[in-house]
Amino acid sequence: MHPAYSVIFLTTLIGVGQGLFLALFTGQIYSLARLVPQQDSTHFYAYGSALALGFLVLGLLASFFHLGRPERAWRSATKWRTSWLAREVIVLPLVMGLIALYGLAHWMGFTKPFFTISNVLPVDLTLLIGLAATGATFLLFICTGMIYASIRFIREWATPLTILNFTFMGGASGFVLATLFSLFKAPDLIKMFGYWAIILTFFALVLRLASLWRNARGTPKSTIQSAIGVRHPKIIQKSTGAMGGSFNTKEFNSGSTPKRIRQAKWSFILLVFVLPLILMAIALSWHSAPLLALSFLIQMAGLIIERWTFFADATHPQNLYYQSM
Amino acid sequence: MTQLALVIDLNTCVGCSACVTSCKEWNTSGEAGPMTDMMPYGEDPHGTFFNRVQSFEVGTYPNTQMVHFPKSCLHCEEPPCVPVCPTGASYKREEDGIVLVDYDKCIGCKYCSWACPYGAREIDEKQKVMKKCTLCVDRIYDQTLPETERQPACVLACPADARIFGDVHDPDSEVSVLIREQGGYALMPEWGTKPANHYLPRRKIEMHIHADELERADNPLDKEDLKIDDKDITSVDGFGGW
Ligand code: SF4
Ligand code: SF4
Repeated sequence: MHPAYSVIFLTTLIGVGQGLFLALFTGQIYSLARLVPQQDSTHFYAYGSALALGFLVLGLLASFFHLGRPERAWRSATKWRTSWLAREVIVLPLVMGLIALYGLAHWMGFTKPFFTISNVLPVDLTLLIGLAATGATFLLFICTGMIYASIRFIREWATPLTILNFTFMGGASGFVLATLFSLFKAPDLIKMFGYWAIILTFFALVLRLASLWRNARGTPKSTIQSAIGVRHPKIIQKSTGAMGGSFNTKEFNSGSTPKRIRQAKWSFILLVFVLPLILMAIALSWHSAPLLALSFLIQMAGLIIERWTFFADATHPQNLYYQSM
Repeated sequence: MTQLALVIDLNTCVGCSACVTSCKEWNTSGEAGPMTDMMPYGEDPHGTFFNRVQSFEVGTYPNTQMVHFPKSCLHCEEPPCVPVCPTGASYKREEDGIVLVDYDKCIGCKYCSWACPYGAREIDEKQKVMKKCTLCVDRIYDQTLPETERQPACVLACPADARIFGDVHDPDSEVSVLIREQGGYALMPEWGTKPANHYLPRRKIEMHIHADELERADNPLDKEDLKIDDKDITSVDGFGGW
């Protein structure tokens, strides 16, 4: 498939935003459980939510560049009963709204408990909004993943691993950013975020390797024989019905060589997972802001390559009709 | 329920692309138009087409055949391109099974083209909306046309009569009979999309001649035991000796 930058930036940027929010809320849960000290509502949660929201807004902006007719984008929520894309179009603003509310509730200091469950769990407005936003965030990961996983013709995508990969990579990058953020805003939480970032990055690596392993195996369901319905082992395409290419030769083509895609795979394994894991481990023991920033930037760059590869590596059965130019 | 469709006879298609040009001509100036061409005289000409003829060489020389293969939207009975559309711009008509795009609703997200395994949808680079074969929906019901012309433009243009239009749900229609009796098949049946368009395979006409057909058992000359030496007699068909 043709890797479009609009979708690459959409999926990576909202992933960071979602991950960062999950990290913030994890912080709140930890402090509720008194595993970490209470954090300042405004400085930590409100600013953190604003940062998460920033990434989501950037992602949303990027998505508009994908549309031929962005002025009609509002229409794209209508078929939520059948279309995962429509579902994402609904859930993304929902997540943004809930995270904005979460930040606002913290900003306004609405942290007085409504009631306390069994004398240990004080329930306040931020906790309720946070829970709803967490649910919506996971829903968004599912919607984004299902947009790809539900196209059963593209075998590289049609697997639950697609959703898991989106979730874990988004989560990992969000927690790496949260570690960096907490260095400035909540130094008590660095260790907690940092360890989670390492754990998530590690699991993201395992899952992404699993999908690479899976995609390197198996054979496509469709063949040129089933595509044109001629039973003969030797069929060579002589013309595609277009002199200078067409939508079909561009949209479904990576525009790249297998060698470059292979290089991209190695690069993102290094940049998204291996290097950040090493850098994070060092940064955590040194408490080094530049190293944390470096891990985040390297991981983001890697994620862009990862998403590029996700598209470039996917093969569409329609290419059987466009084998030679 | 009606399901309009095309049957394409690969046995007679000569790959002339008359269907391609007539489709473009009709539709670019019709309801679905324009079908924009970008840089038609430039280095990299490309544009929107609803129908393309591709050619495949089957076999190894000298046992080869060139299969000319016209492909347009197959108006699947289980169209995977429809449910994925977030706007409802892509839809399948209840009354005749034609799969259409509402160009006023389409946002050009291309998602439906990803969900079509046949590559039958093409985005119009100028209008930025998705386009595909409409089965000439703006022709086939046009009461101002003579009835024989109420057919898709490609069908009327085909000089080899390789394209036949009709209702594949009506068991007695010409298309249904052809599919049933001439081995009509669907493309990529493995996806369960149930394409309405069908293709008729290449068929080699073979005559089986048995010895008793060459030597007429009831030849009256045999009966009368007359022998004619036909070596010197020349005739066009070789039967002059009789
Ligand atoms: S051929 Fe493609 S575009 Fe046409 S109905 Fe089937 S899936 Fe949809
Ligand atoms: S490109 Fe248009 S018709 Fe296709 S899925 Fe998007 S909105 Fe629907």
